[in-house]
Amino acid sequence: MTEEIIIAGFGGQGVLSMGKILGYSGISQGQEVSWMPSYGPEMRGGTSNVTVIISDERISSPILANFDTAIILNQQSMDKFESSVKPGGTLLYDPNGISIPPKRKDINIYKIEATNLATELGNTKVFNMLMLGAYLKIKPIVKMENVIAGLKKSIPERNHHLLPLNQKAIDKGMESVQKV
Amino acid sequence: MEKELRLMKGNEAVAEAAIRSGADAYFGYPITPQSEVLEHLMLEKPHERTGMVVLQAESEVSAINMVYGAAGCGRMVMTSSSSPGISLKQEGISYIAGAELPCLILNVVRGGPGLGTIQPAQSDYFQSTKGGGHGDYRLIVLAPASVQEMYDFVELGFNLAFKYRNPVMIQSDGIIGQMMEKLEIGPQKQRRSAEEIAKQCPWATVGKPENRERNIITSLDLVSARQEQHNHKLQAKYKEIQEKEVRYELINCDDAEYIIVSYGSSARLSMKAMDILRAKGVKVGILRLITLFPYPTKIIQELTPKVKGFLAVEMSCGQMVEDLRLAVEFKKPVEHFGRVGGMVPSPEEIVEALEQKIIGG
Amino acid sequence: MAEITLKDIIKEENLVYKRSKIMTNKTLSYCPGCGHGTAHQIIAHTIQDMGIQEQTIGVSPVGCSVLMYDFLDLDIQQAAHGRAPAVATAIKRLMPDKFVFTYQGDGDLAAIGTAETIHACNRGENITIVFINNGIYGMTGGQMAPTTLAGMPTSTSPYGRDTSMMGNPLKITELLAMLPGTYYVTRQAVHTPRAVRQTKKAIRKAFENQKLNRGVSFVEIVSNCNSGWKLPPVKANEWMVENMFPFYPLGDMKVDGELVNK
Repeated sequence: MTEEIIIAGFGGQGVLSMGKILGYSGISQGQEVSWMPSYGPEMRGGTSNVTVIISDERISSPILANFDTAIILNQQSMDKFESSVKPGGTLLYDPNGISIPPKRKDINIYKIEATNLATELGNTKVFNMLMLGAYLKIKPIVKMENVIAGLKKSIPERNHHLLPLNQKAIDKGMESVQKV
Repeated sequence: MEKELRLMKGNEAVAEAAIRSGADAYFGYPITPQSEVLEHLMLEKPHERTGMVVLQAESEVSAINMVYGAAGCGRMVMTSSSSPGISLKQEGISYIAGAELPCLILNVVRGGPGLGTIQPAQSDYFQSTKGGGHGDYRLIVLAPASVQEMYDFVELGFNLAFKYRNPVMIQSDGIIGQMMEKLEIGPQKQRRSAEEIAKQCPWATVGKPENRERNIITSLDLVSARQEQHNHKLQAKYKEIQEKEVRYELINCDDAEYIIVSYGSSARLSMKAMDILRAKGVKVGILRLITLFPYPTKIIQELTPKVKGFLAVEMSCGQMVEDLRLAVEFKKPVEHFGRVGGMVPSPEEIVEALEQKIIGG
Repeated sequence: MAEITLKDIIKEENLVYKRSKIMTNKTLSYCPGCGHGTAHQIIAHTIQDMGIQEQTIGVSPVGCSVLMYDFLDLDIQQAAHGRAPAVATAIKRLMPDKFVFTYQGDGDLAAIGTAETIHACNRGENITIVFINNGIYGMTGGQMAPTTLAGMPTSTSPYGRDTSMMGNPLKITELLAMLPGTYYVTRQAVHTPRAVRQTKKAIRKAFENQKLNRGVSFVEIVSNCNSGWKLPPVKANEWMVENMFPFYPLGDMKVDGELVNK
């Protein structure tokens, strides 16, 4: 199994940390993992993206032009990455902030109102956990116990009291994702 | 003992490896894309963990001269920077090579020339492998292609540096430095005691006891005949390194008709290209350089009669390909492909380059 | 009256000066009359008197004193031009119990190495810096230094230093005294026995201070360069007293971390 994912949005939406949790989840179940962010001035306040690869085998290129899954969190990223999803691949997005929805017919498109749901849950910071939950519902590539282990490793210990809230958000994301 | 697994950036892995390998000191100056090395070290409080000295210098120039000072007292010392900063360090590196001191230098290469870009590149190959500063000298140059190798090459680099009393460079790039991968980290090693250092490095300037001659660390000798002898001695050392320390990885080369010669992140990109080409039925293998100096000339000469051509893939306008051509001696076609200025070639572009330049050419 | 021979004079009880055992037998490479040899002797005697040969590491510069390691029987590392304070920083940080000193000229310390000097002083590195200021580049043949006086001719200011074009002589020692990282800053000379005694006290204090771990101890020695100045030794010293001392006045600037009011 090899899953090649791009997560793209604004800096501050939790793009990098979502990738990190996925990465740690993969490690927790003994898989190979790579996590390659965009870096430099473009990540300060601007768009931010990370390529995450989880595989049973040695990972070749950590930088890719085409992806099995794209998780899209803003319009610029939609413009940039919709065409990069492999035919038959998956595109997951939050309609909030998307003015031109994806048009491709040869891929599986899913959406989740993650921004609104995060507000309902009372903490906008769990936005990325809703997206993660939605993704794991579509592609259960990592077991939930390993996601929790991954969360514990990526979140600093002083914030471990937030673990139940994050888990709740993941569950909510799994419930709320819709096929387009 | 269970393996300790982490998800870490290449730059952070180097910092952690420095602490765990029992390094005595790190001196550096921030520059993108490698500032995580100093940041991680400061965060990890190595002065408490092992007593390791970590200091942010006022410049790269000062940092490399601090390295020179620490190396002079036989300490395991390293610095890190990225291309423009490495250029600033070259005078100091030349002194370290001339005075035959061990040290480790990490270059997380970015695109140039000048201030260039902060995005990844491999355009410092000439600088790393042909000396870099003034005078006839060489560094041992290691090219990690993964976060694990970033970690592992710290200890390997220190071992080689002390074995040959020569500066060792890890030539990485923005991709390997910035990406996170699964990393298996080793146990904490004890730093050497002052007595152990004095024993291992009888040449070190640690204070002259009554019973030995004073130790002098210098690269100066105004008597030309002696300076010539010193140069010959250095060259003999580099020759020994070329004979004993060549490291590389052969991937699918047994049946290969075409070979991609590459290193670092380019080799990773090439592996993906190889998968695509193999799926099409093209027999491609990869020679991944692990040491850039010494260059694996011998294995290239062994492969040359067996293959139809070589493609050097590197993020430069064609630097490493010169050494490849020297090794192949025009017996088979050798072409170059690379993107530069911080642009990273896609695996598909590498596929196309091999098809057009070597197979079709 | 019996004739007095050399044998009658060379006796232990007549001894007024003895070369320090920290000095090697190597003939000094300095010009006759140059202050470097005296400054070396003072450092050698200080280390001998303190009994710290085994604990001392010296850092030599680029300049006339690049070969300091030939003359002092100590472990010495030779630094790139201007970088001695960075080299000394690392040595001291790694071996805090040792005595570490740099020995630098004006071009080395106050031109090419200004950043290293200021930042080592600003960090309060617990080292001793001995600074020889003769207002000229001696080794390379008498070019203008950062401390060359206004109007003073050198090979690169043949008609005298024109400050409107070539900048002003740099009082780096005054500047360093202002930094919180310096603990002891003084300016001395070695042209008379009295000055030598004063300088010896200053160097001793600068080395003793390393036991306190309070920051940099900095000793400037205003000296001559009769070759570069193109004057015979005695005349060079007279010229120094008349021209250098008014601009670079001798005395303590900072003692025990406190600025000296004058």
